[in-house]
Amino acid sequence: MDAIHIQDLEKTYGDTVALAGIDLAIPEGIVYGLLGPNGAGKTTVVRILATLLKPDSGRAEVLGFDVLREPELVRRIIGLAGQFAAVDEILTGRENLEMVGRLYHLSAGEARRRTVDLLERFDLIAAADRAVKTYSGGMRRRLDLAASLLNRPAVLFLDEPTTGLDPRSRLGLWDIINDLVREGTTLLLTTQYLEEADRLCQRLAVIDEGAVIEEGTTDELKTRMGGSVLEMRVADGDRLADAAGIVERVARSTPQVDRELGRLTAPAERDGVSLVVRTAEAFDEAGVDVTDLGLRRPTLDDVFLNLTGRKPMQPEDEETPGDAPEPAGVGEGRS
Amino acid sequence: MSDGPTYAETCRGSLARQAAEAAAERRSLLEEARCGISCAFGDSRVVAKRYLLHYLRQPRLLVFSTIQPVMFVLLFRYVFGGAIDARALPSADYVSFLLPGILVQATTFGATNTAVGISEDLRTGVIDRFRSLPMSRVAVLAGRTLSDLVRNTFVVLLMTAVGYALGFRFQNGIIAAVGTLLIVIMFSYALSWIYAFVGLTAKGAETAQTASFVVTFPIVFASSVFVPVDTFPSWLQTVAEYNPITKVADAARGLALGDPLPWLQPVLWAMAWIVGIAAIFVPLALWRFRRGD
Ligand SMILES: Nc1ncnc2c1ncn2[C@@H]1O[C@H](COP(=O)(O)OP(=O)(O)OP(=O)(O)O)[C@@H](O)[C@H]1O
Ligand SMILES: [Mg+2]
Repeated sequence: MDAIHIQDLEKTYGDTVALAGIDLAIPEGIVYGLLGPNGAGKTTVVRILATLLKPDSGRAEVLGFDVLREPELVRRIIGLAGQFAAVDEILTGRENLEMVGRLYHLSAGEARRRTVDLLERFDLIAAADRAVKTYSGGMRRRLDLAASLLNRPAVLFLDEPTTGLDPRSRLGLWDIINDLVREGTTLLLTTQYLEEADRLCQRLAVIDEGAVIEEGTTDELKTRMGGSVLEMRVADGDRLADAAGIVERVARSTPQVDRELGRLTAPAERDGVSLVVRTAEAFDEAGVDVTDLGLRRPTLDDVFLNLTGRKPMQPEDEETPGDAPEPAGVGEGRS
Repeated sequence: MSDGPTYAETCRGSLARQAAEAAAERRSLLEEARCGISCAFGDSRVVAKRYLLHYLRQPRLLVFSTIQPVMFVLLFRYVFGGAIDARALPSADYVSFLLPGILVQATTFGATNTAVGISEDLRTGVIDRFRSLPMSRVAVLAGRTLSDLVRNTFVVLLMTAVGYALGFRFQNGIIAAVGTLLIVIMFSYALSWIYAFVGLTAKGAETAQTASFVVTFPIVFASSVFVPVDTFPSWLQTVAEYNPITKVADAARGLALGDPLPWLQPVLWAMAWIVGIAAIFVPLALWRFRRGD
């Protein structure tokens, strides 16, 4: 049985199509990533699965329980940490967790015990008896995550869990996520950090404008890029279009153009090295100056760019908290 | 040819039985997961505790719900009271007239906090957190209104004590005195459900506050809370006659002071309003809560 099964899910808000028919089958015991730009529909999927939102049509099941017909059962086995920390400002961290524990119908003693465990696990024990309004953004975030774990959920939804966390907390959370998976929890997490999806997720779906545009293991997605990426920088910005034409002819695929950096990237076929040579020759003949030309392993950035024609992390219509331009910096010092 | 079922029929039969068993198991799971009455009470208590802590820890709310009503009693007694001609009152003095009315005023103003609190919880996502938990679907609103009930009981007792210090006395014995406080508290409880609905519906806490205030303020003042309505211009008298606040204030006053004030008719009217408001707004607020966004 799949941990999560979604079939043809649709949701519109007025004129806005949030989900245009999504299908997903997520096996048990893995970390599954939902990757997409702002407004892609990630949060909408998570809210439907967490029984907070009713879809217009389609089906969704969590461990075989239907979110529309059996929401009581779904709520018993899931944990949710939404995109914005949902914690009570007036209560202390400890009171917040104990309250959630009681609402999961744990005994007072059990709620207290699990609260202390989680406060320790999330490095909040020193601040446990302070009102949450004195917490930093990252501390609130961690408290919210702790609250989602009180019931030891079988399926956990994390909506952009590391947004707003500093690198140390982020690494801490990655460790916790790995522990949870080892204990058998299935995780669905949304992220805009490709590096994060790469590190954590066994499988992922790239969604854009409410539809799944690619699905597979991270390696599969990278392999579909053609194994390697041909990348070059053109010295003269005015000749970018010429350069793109040359790459298109030689590499037989349309390159992605980054005007700001004067950079072109294109998926490279298996014979990457000869492609580099042929491209270099073609540029030479045409008299286009390239400052940098080479092959590299594709990142999920490339996958994303190739699929959507957009960069994943450019804030479009809304502010992305802590939007880091380079996902590569995110997990430094870990691997 | 034997009469027994064929192999295929046996298989089909056993599959059907398995399916029926699975469905039954499923139903019993669902039954078990449903939050019953005792679970609803337990959850409501947890939620009520949260809101009471909000009151205790936020000076703004504490002042608004305790010191302000007391100040109102003093203000009306000493600032406006002197200008009011006691011969126009159905009671011996102004403080006797004022106190039952101002209990209604204080609890009605206090009820607007429910709208603000609920709407704030929607904004911060706390309501979403609650809605994702396997807790009772009625407990959030039941808990919130329960906390209002506790607070209102406290406020009403506090104001009565202040009234006693200023010379107010219940004149019809202990049962009528309890009845006075009960009718005020029950009315404010029904109001909590209106404001809970407002809080769930309004876009943002500010809107909730403004909407509540704009409606509450004139209703409270165009009533018999502070002065007898027969001093109003005739069009306003008509409005005030039908105003539920007038009915409740008159009922409280009738029970507290008695002769020559009527009490039975205002009490029946007040009960009708309380039941009517609850009958409409309890289901409406619960429906709005369940529906989500
Ligand atoms: N309550 C709402 N009312 C109207 N439109 C909404 C509402 N919620 C979401 N939308 C729209 O639905 C679409 C999908 O939104 P959603 O929040 O699922 O995106 P997302 O992928 O989570 O984006 P982000 O990365 O910015 O969090 C967006 O176009 C958004 O504007
Ligand atoms: Mg989102």
